[in-house]
Amino acid sequence: MPINYYQKDIETMPREQIRALQEEKLKKQVKHVYEHVPYYRDLMDKKGVKPEDIKTLDDIQKLPFISKYDLRETYPYGMLAVPLKDCVRIQSTSGTTGKRVIAYYTQHDVDLWEECCARAIAAVGGTPEDVVQVAYGYGLFTGGPGLNGGSHKLGSLTLPMSSGNTDRQIQFIQDLKATILCCTPSYAAYIGEAMKEKGIKPEDNTLKAGIFGAEPWTEEMRRDIEKSLGIKAYDIYGLTETSGPGVSFECEEQHGMHINEDHFYAEIIDPETGEVLPEGSEGELVFTSLDKEAFPLLRYRTRDLCVLTSEPCSCGRTFIRMKKPKGRSDDMLIIRGVNVFPSQIETVLLNEGYAPNYRIEVDRVNNTDTLDVYVELTPERFADTVSEIDKMERELAGAITNILGIHPVIHLVAPKSIQRSEGKAVRVIDRRKLHD
Amino acid sequence: MAIQQLTIFVENKKGKLVEITKMLAENGINMRALSIADTRDFGILRLIVDDIQKALVVLAENGVMVKITDVVAAELPHKPGSLNATLTVLADAGVNVEYLYAFLSSKGQGAYVVLRVADNAAAEKVLNEAGYRTLSMDDELEF
Repeated sequence: MPINYYQKDIETMPREQIRALQEEKLKKQVKHVYEHVPYYRDLMDKKGVKPEDIKTLDDIQKLPFISKYDLRETYPYGMLAVPLKDCVRIQSTSGTTGKRVIAYYTQHDVDLWEECCARAIAAVGGTPEDVVQVAYGYGLFTGGPGLNGGSHKLGSLTLPMSSGNTDRQIQFIQDLKATILCCTPSYAAYIGEAMKEKGIKPEDNTLKAGIFGAEPWTEEMRRDIEKSLGIKAYDIYGLTETSGPGVSFECEEQHGMHINEDHFYAEIIDPETGEVLPEGSEGELVFTSLDKEAFPLLRYRTRDLCVLTSEPCSCGRTFIRMKKPKGRSDDMLIIRGVNVFPSQIETVLLNEGYAPNYRIEVDRVNNTDTLDVYVELTPERFADTVSEIDKMERELAGAITNILGIHPVIHLVAPKSIQRSEGKAVRVIDRRKLHD
Repeated sequence: MAIQQLTIFVENKKGKLVEITKMLAENGINMRALSIADTRDFGILRLIVDDIQKALVVLAENGVMVKITDVVAAELPHKPGSLNATLTVLADAGVNVEYLYAFLSSKGQGAYVVLRVADNAAAEKVLNEAGYRTLSMDDELEF
């Protein structure tokens, strides 16, 4: 089967040409921001950098970083780089980790974003023949609108389901013969579980691929979803700050996400020093919007820990690839001095044959951090003796200790007793904050 | 020849056990014997009931984690020392008992002991050779 692209000329452009294009766009963008965003102009002035100092792509290192802190300082319109009357859309973050981030778009910005999503859908084999079921939330959250717009651009039949009402999701998949499902990975797992309960076999639905993002997920979770839905599951990445999903996307290789480099310039930095690290190093991912008009962030620190590679990909796309981020640095828990990502625990659970339904609770008792992991027992593993279940708990605790170096307490709980998520799953409860 | 026991996972939370007994009560299931093993997070409820298939369907349809376990049930005299004698027979034959519980016959003078062992057939052979009658699902369980 030939490789499917949305904009082949751009997606397979030789790397020198991509860099030349980025350089040209960067110079224009820095000038645009300096002239229209007083907040960033002040940051540049403080660093003694002028737009004319940016002559090559490498000169980007002279520019100051932007972080979530700056977006809070400038809430709501302090980063606006065009007259408000030229904007046509607002999207926003959920605001769970503090003040909401408001992102604004001109029509050009919406088109650019939707094109990125169209490339992502094409990369999993999507064509105008496909029926794309978008089960991300619609509204201020970027998930639904982004993939919805991408599917329109591609010319696929779009089902704007939004999240929730799982029975209806399954009915639409069945009745309208959906072929591509877009939602969060935790919701995809839930839909798979619900289908199994209804007796619908993975091979009996018409789905062939899924595009799942907006929360960190593991390779083990990918295999689990692929099995339960009978599809190939692809990752997609993005942030409201950069526009939404589609900043990068996986191709059929499922081996890293291609960054839409004609619109976004990626850097990996040392999160402590801010120094740019060479390709292949793990560090914090930083994005510069090269041609967004209304909300053009330069050197935005994502807090995602990641690795980049520009090694050629068999799909023919020349865009640099980013590895699945380990998790946002603010998802990281420090337990008894050890850095723990929830995704590490998820990997162990799935490798040990448990379902991806779990809850991690961290607390502090007598000045010592405690880690409790609640996992659902599956009917296949349910034994009739306490000693067998104890043994399962001990083995799982041992497997987690091997990976993390700290010992968790495992609680096996009844199936379905852990709340299912239709959007972004809340899997970690850190009670230590209550004591501070 | 073993008999069938319902094994039910019950979370160690207020009201969880009564949810299960209510399902059984509303469906007219009669319990002959029960035991609960409890731990910090959960209990394992073991039941001998009059209509095991119906109980299984009722519980499973209500989302309860339940399975059927084959256990050995032996009849013994209802008098001092008889359980000791039975367990001595098993111990001498090297049969390890995972758990046990007992119930009285509702009609006769006898008692029954329910045993969970690694090898039901081997345990039954030991008991039968020592003169104990073991029950099968064909036996009227005197409900």
